Amino acid sequence: MRAADVPFEKVTAKNFPKGPDSLAPGHRACQGCGEVLALRLLLKALGTEFIAVSATGCMEVCTGPFPQSAWRMPWVHIAFENAAAVASGVEQAVHVLRRKGRGHQQRIPVVAIAGDGGTADIGLQALSGALERQHVDFVYVCLDNEAYMNTGIQRSSATPFGANTTTSPVGVKSKGQYTWKKNMPAIAAAHGIPYVATATPANYLDLMNKIRRAVAIEGPAYMHVYAPCPTGWRMKAELAVESAKLAVSTRIFPLYEVLDGHYAIRKVDKPTPIADYFKIQGRFRHLNAEDIEAITKKVNSEYDRIVSLSETFPV
Amino acid sequence: MAKRIGIEVSLAVAEAVKLADTDVIAAYPITPQTHIVEHLSELVADGSLDAAYIPVESEHSAMSSCLGSSAAGARTFTATSSQGLALMNEMIYIAPVLRTPIVLAIANRALSAPINIWNDHSDIMSVRDAGWICLFAENGQESLDLTLISFRVAEDPKVSLPVSLNLDGFTLSHFIEPIEIPDKETVDKFLPPFVPCFKLDIKAPMSLGLLGGPEYYTESRKATDDALLASKTVIKKAFAEFNDVFGRQYNVVESYQAKDAETIVLAMGSISETAMTAVDELRAQGKKVGIVRLRLWRPLPIEEIVEAVGHAKNLAVIDRHLVLGAPYGPVGLEMMSVFYSASQKPNISNFVLGLGGRDVTRDDFKYIFDRAAAQQGQTRYEIVGVLE
Repeated sequence: MRAADVPFEKVTAKNFPKGPDSLAPGHRACQGCGEVLALRLLLKALGTEFIAVSATGCMEVCTGPFPQSAWRMPWVHIAFENAAAVASGVEQAVHVLRRKGRGHQQRIPVVAIAGDGGTADIGLQALSGALERQHVDFVYVCLDNEAYMNTGIQRSSATPFGANTTTSPVGVKSKGQYTWKKNMPAIAAAHGIPYVATATPANYLDLMNKIRRAVAIEGPAYMHVYAPCPTGWRMKAELAVESAKLAVSTRIFPLYEVLDGHYAIRKVDKPTPIADYFKIQGRFRHLNAEDIEAITKKVNSEYDRIVSLSETFPV
Repeated sequence: MAKRIGIEVSLAVAEAVKLADTDVIAAYPITPQTHIVEHLSELVADGSLDAAYIPVESEHSAMSSCLGSSAAGARTFTATSSQGLALMNEMIYIAPVLRTPIVLAIANRALSAPINIWNDHSDIMSVRDAGWICLFAENGQESLDLTLISFRVAEDPKVSLPVSLNLDGFTLSHFIEPIEIPDKETVDKFLPPFVPCFKLDIKAPMSLGLLGGPEYYTESRKATDDALLASKTVIKKAFAEFNDVFGRQYNVVESYQAKDAETIVLAMGSISETAMTAVDELRAQGKKVGIVRLRLWRPLPIEEIVEAVGHAKNLAVIDRHLVLGAPYGPVGLEMMSVFYSASQKPNISNFVLGLGGRDVTRDDFKYIFDRAAAQQGQTRYEIVGVLE
């Protein structure tokens, strides 16, 4: 079956999943955290009949200080760079135990959850291996807050150009991050897996339906979720959702799906000026008009590339 | 019916993994371990072993996948050597505390640099403190038997710890030996199906790998050490029951001509067979020499070691790993600590040899027996046969 035709139970405003949440109420993350919001929405859509694998990071630390755990489904955390490899082992074990009559008969999705550092940097090799091996019940979610926030806002390869972090500081010889954000969804899609999607917690129904689709499809799925970080982005705590909306409306974070190599993008015909997105975040405070123009050019070029792919290879 | 055939030791280990009905194998190729996982791939490919073989992209992911698989309740096996074990290092330290009963065969090989594919024990010694049960095989039959015993011990509810089975790379792993391959029914009598103490189960959710702050870290490490120390009793029981079923008795410490020996060499792994030949020749000359071999390295079987060597005048401890910057090798240091407070103790000296595949001969052992008897109060290890 084509990935686009795989049925799944859609989340709508009317049938929005009711509690209790599969992530315990409350959280130990920073005030206004966009990442824990994204995580809660993902888990709300998933329920509890799956196995979660966390990489070390903000979400792991804030949900699991022994003897407490916020996870109401089987959950395992091993280390930082290997969520994809751990999930591979879990997924294969579940399959073989079912085959040998020692497991449950139902399909059990295995969902690995990691940050941008655990995905685009130190975890890239394990992720690539897992995607290449075509695990059937494997979903990988990158919660991208664009730096190593858990260790104190150090740059990662997913940090955007120009961002001020503690290891890409602004100075007389530096405009902050000097490299362009690594394109993880494109890297995931290059593995030829059946499903890649981007999402934000501001577009919550979209996010929840994408994770539902990801687990319904047989084959590895990769979701790249924008996870605004008020602390790390030097932003007011109440602006996480607003910043995610702006990331989409400025085309900085295009919402799209890749189904069996076919692209579907939520188009943004009249983009909001990127300066609007930058001005609420202290990490971009130092950028001048010229910098913003260069960034806008780059952002539009990636957006146009995806639009073009969606026209050449429509779903 | 068990049958005795000529088979490469690596393949015999793989056959034992098959006989154990292993569920998941996650492995990455590295010399000299490769023949084990190649044969396992074949067994899975031809349908004679119903297991998932995960061809991971690194040893780090091999052990990570094994952790996931074992946590999900599957009998799990992997194999590696040298740099592969070094790359696994981070995961090696996590497996015991999470109480995942993974079985790992290590075809022991020297660590780089210089890069060297041949045998010594530097790989396992680099992770000796991680909390794994460490067994050392001397020959092919023992390699197969200890593979079965490893699963049995690892998965015992009183243990629930990972086990590393060490076999010397090439000098053991690649030799063809006459080995008795047991039949499945007999193996089943000895090795029951894996019933995990806990597992990732959607019907009974649990969290594994939570953060342990200063309030809990010490206790979780201590609990693991307690389990490791307590595993010795289970290992000895498994050895006894293995003997009941298969008629081959193993002990945590083996002795050869050691009871009345004045000078004893203590070694691990396959070189003790060479040492036994040297002992035979020296005994023929009337010299009171013997060999003690540690089959169990972790937990260190202290009482059995004291019993086996405590009476000797001289104890020569062999290390196949050079600890740079330290006075003695790991085995040497531990023997000294075992006897430190003993009222009656042998004169202990420490010899390093057989690094990176350097041949160890009978003459080397004859030299060591003489040297150990002749010298008192050695203050630093001696490398045997180093070219100056």
